Amino acid sequence: MQRIVSNSLGLIAAAAALTCTSARAGELEVLHWWTSGGEAKAAAALKASMQAKGHTWKDFAVAGGGGDAAMTVLKSRVVSGNAPAAAQIKGPSLQEWAKEGVLANMDGVAKAEKWDELLPKVVSDVMKYKGNYIAVPVNVHRVNWLWANPAAFQKAGAKLPTTWDEFFVAAEALKKAGVIPVAHGGQNWQDFTTFESVALGVGGADFYKKALVQLDPASLSSPTMEKVLTTFKRVKDYTDKNANGRDWNLATAMVIKGEAGMQLMGDWAKGEFIAAGKVPGKDFACVAAPGTAKAYTFNVDSFAMFKLKNDANVKAQNDLAAAIMGTEFQEVFNLNKGSIPVRLNMKMDKFDDCAKLSSKDFVDDAKSGTLVPSIAHGMAVPSAAEGAIKDVVSQFWNADKMSAKDAMAKLAAAAKTK
Amino acid sequence: MRAAWLPKLVVAPSFVLALLFIYGLIAWNGYLSLSASRLLPNYEFAGFQQYANLFESERFHVALSNMAVFGTLFVGGAMAIGLVLAILLDQKIRAEGVLRTIYLYPMALSFIVTGTAWKWILNPGLGLEHLVQQWGWESFSFDWLVDPDKAIYCIAIAGVWQSAGFVMALFLAGLRGIDDSIVKAAQVDGASLPRIYWRILIPSLRPVFFSTLMVVSHLAIKSFDLVMALTAGGPGFATDLPATFMYAMAFSRGQIGLGAASATVMLALVAAIVVPYLYSELRVKK
Amino acid sequence: MNRLSVHRVLLWAALLLFAAWFLTPLYVMVVTSLKDMQQVREGNLLSLPSDPTLASWAKAWSSACTGIDCGGLKPFFMNSLLMVVPAVAVSTAIGSLNGYVLAKWRFPGSEGLFAMLLFGVFMPMQVVLLPMSQVLGWLGIASSIWGLILVHVIAGIPSTTLFFRNYYVGLPDELVKAAMLDGAGFWRIFTRIVLPLSTPIMVVTLIWQFTNIWNDFLYGVVFSGADSKPITVGLNNLANTSSSVKEYNVDMAAAMIAALPTLFVYIVAGKYFVRGLTAGAVKG
Repeated sequence: MQRIVSNSLGLIAAAAALTCTSARAGELEVLHWWTSGGEAKAAAALKASMQAKGHTWKDFAVAGGGGDAAMTVLKSRVVSGNAPAAAQIKGPSLQEWAKEGVLANMDGVAKAEKWDELLPKVVSDVMKYKGNYIAVPVNVHRVNWLWANPAAFQKAGAKLPTTWDEFFVAAEALKKAGVIPVAHGGQNWQDFTTFESVALGVGGADFYKKALVQLDPASLSSPTMEKVLTTFKRVKDYTDKNANGRDWNLATAMVIKGEAGMQLMGDWAKGEFIAAGKVPGKDFACVAAPGTAKAYTFNVDSFAMFKLKNDANVKAQNDLAAAIMGTEFQEVFNLNKGSIPVRLNMKMDKFDDCAKLSSKDFVDDAKSGTLVPSIAHGMAVPSAAEGAIKDVVSQFWNADKMSAKDAMAKLAAAAKTK
Repeated sequence: MRAAWLPKLVVAPSFVLALLFIYGLIAWNGYLSLSASRLLPNYEFAGFQQYANLFESERFHVALSNMAVFGTLFVGGAMAIGLVLAILLDQKIRAEGVLRTIYLYPMALSFIVTGTAWKWILNPGLGLEHLVQQWGWESFSFDWLVDPDKAIYCIAIAGVWQSAGFVMALFLAGLRGIDDSIVKAAQVDGASLPRIYWRILIPSLRPVFFSTLMVVSHLAIKSFDLVMALTAGGPGFATDLPATFMYAMAFSRGQIGLGAASATVMLALVAAIVVPYLYSELRVKK
Repeated sequence: MNRLSVHRVLLWAALLLFAAWFLTPLYVMVVTSLKDMQQVREGNLLSLPSDPTLASWAKAWSSACTGIDCGGLKPFFMNSLLMVVPAVAVSTAIGSLNGYVLAKWRFPGSEGLFAMLLFGVFMPMQVVLLPMSQVLGWLGIASSIWGLILVHVIAGIPSTTLFFRNYYVGLPDELVKAAMLDGAGFWRIFTRIVLPLSTPIMVVTLIWQFTNIWNDFLYGVVFSGADSKPITVGLNNLANTSSSVKEYNVDMAAAMIAALPTLFVYIVAGKYFVRGLTAGAVKG
């Protein structure tokens, strides 16, 4: 009799424990476009930690176009009342989505995990809408890098440039030595990545902020802008004619192989070098883009959190947010992606020299006010205007007969796009 | 006729659904084009502002002219090559089955697959140009794909490649369906083969021509996938078409209102050509 | 006529040139999928693999990464199959009924309705996305395989109706009249007389619908749920990765795997396709 009672009690206890756990377990649908080997591996670590807490991870990957297809799907899902728990959205788009009233308030998790102390203000501002957190940052990419192949430079007798004048000297030398001076991929965002580095280097951080972030019409039509545009167009002479449409990683491959000398690209290029077994400092060099050693163009990837109806899913969503800002994910993910943790005060021992330099500059430049958002990567300007400016810049790059003055007029018009 | 309501009842559900789907969506889209929708649809009335923005957009002008160029080349090219192939295969060739399969198989591929394959073939550094140069003709150049003025022709080439076989199948069926006695009579009269084709066979293909034109135009409108895969609208936006413009504006740039306006303009243009044609063709029948 | 006349030679030359143009991309895809990355980098577009291997095919099928999951195209293949079969069957059935009515049971306004339906063929797909999402949300089938099937069925009605109507117009009216005199009604005539004669056009429509729905990407990515993504979505994720080394050989193998069912259908049933068309699909 006693055994039956104790067994039944045991069963009831077990059942209670089970229902408790399953009541907590939620379903997480996460929209992203991390479909390549390295990124997927890092994201898989996040999935594993969610599963360890008992939640189910429904992967919702949509590759292509830096998120174009993913955004299409996301809009349809939100319109049909069926939003995912989290989606890979960044920059001003976060505020645009928040304005539509579909994002969740993450202040609970933020306070518990002390996000305000762990994030630089310039980053946490982007993650907030009207003072409340609506998204979680994942990493920090530095965009204004110049990657170079030291062997190619040696062959050409050129030295790594620190200003734009030196850049063209080195490019000439590389050209004479039969090396393609600049590896470039002719895509909208790549054209603009180069353009904004030129703007930062030629015009300086203040000009960059006024002209490209604030879209001040006077700056967009100024002589400095004209100089930026002509310098930018000069770079094209040092790229090869197959650049059009080339993916960025293929351009990086050219530098890795020594076919090209330099590439102006963000730090995800480093991931390619590392994956090819190259050692920073020896096989490849990372320096700030010419003229921008004291400035930092940042690109922060983040996940927007959508309003969910189911309580268990909301709990899962909170766990996800906490995990993303946690030290373990920050380290694993960024080691694989080539970026640096967005969480301040992390130990950088496992990171390579380029990352360490990036981390130091991030903090220093934040203090001195030369930490600027990247337009090419959607960090600064609403998507409509951003798209229009990118159109103009790419058109200028590709056109044979467009003068800098024409381009300036078009830029000013494009900047007004709502 | 007995039970005259039954046929109507049978087609009613699907017709209602399909017509609602088509015209309801066109109307909804039209309404959106008059609204201030940006990231998500909203229903604030904004008058013709979106249309004004549209006509100021240089990119849209490029897209419109591309649609004219591409539409003409694609439809014209597919119809012409399809007809030629059908006439060639009608000549009682022994390997007809094999050849016909070879001409027809591209239709089986999705536009994405076609775009990817042709992107590689037309790439100056890796594809055709590179190959011919490797074969010895050092000065051969074929960089149309990266030339803003010529890239649209590359898309037409890939599109015609994909669809000409289907047109061929339709015309071949049409040719085979023509009564032999007419041809024999003409031959008895001493007409040569080209004359027979020109004067008798091709004109009697008129009904086939109609259906084929409908189908090929449908494919032209759908070539969104092909452009995205082959050039993604590039270089810059030189190969943008209204369909890709609308997609970019509505989904990537949070300008749904502008995208809807471009879709409405596109539909209006298409209607201006198609409706009179539909009217004339369907009128003619009995 | 001399078999080897100049005409025949020219004819064959033209045919073979066209054949070469049509076959080249297929050749490129197959040949690339059989090389390893070393050979792809070193060789050129048309070079034969020096050491053919099926490794890329195996990877594309079962271990390539399409997001966080690295299970290759296999799961997507099943999803496509589950989605395509009902969609094709239903849209074809509806098309045949509609064609039957429009061809043999005309009523005032039926031609007008038909013309209005045809216009649907010209509507760009993007216009459909957002409103349909809203509607599917109201119906409770958004982000599921049922929503996707519904969209494909509705979108297919104009084309299938066109094919069947044109074909049935070619069937002699006397057949229907004679059957009516014998006392057969609407359904009897359809099942006993019209359907048995419909094999050629059935084949044409099934092939057309199968190809279009299997190869569609846009509706597939927008209307499916996490568990029902069709193969085009898997292929896109595989081939369009935003970073890291592009494995052209795996991409080509994946593209071929995605194209195999439709290729198979065209190669095997192509003969019936033309026969079906000859029998009057387009005589309209």
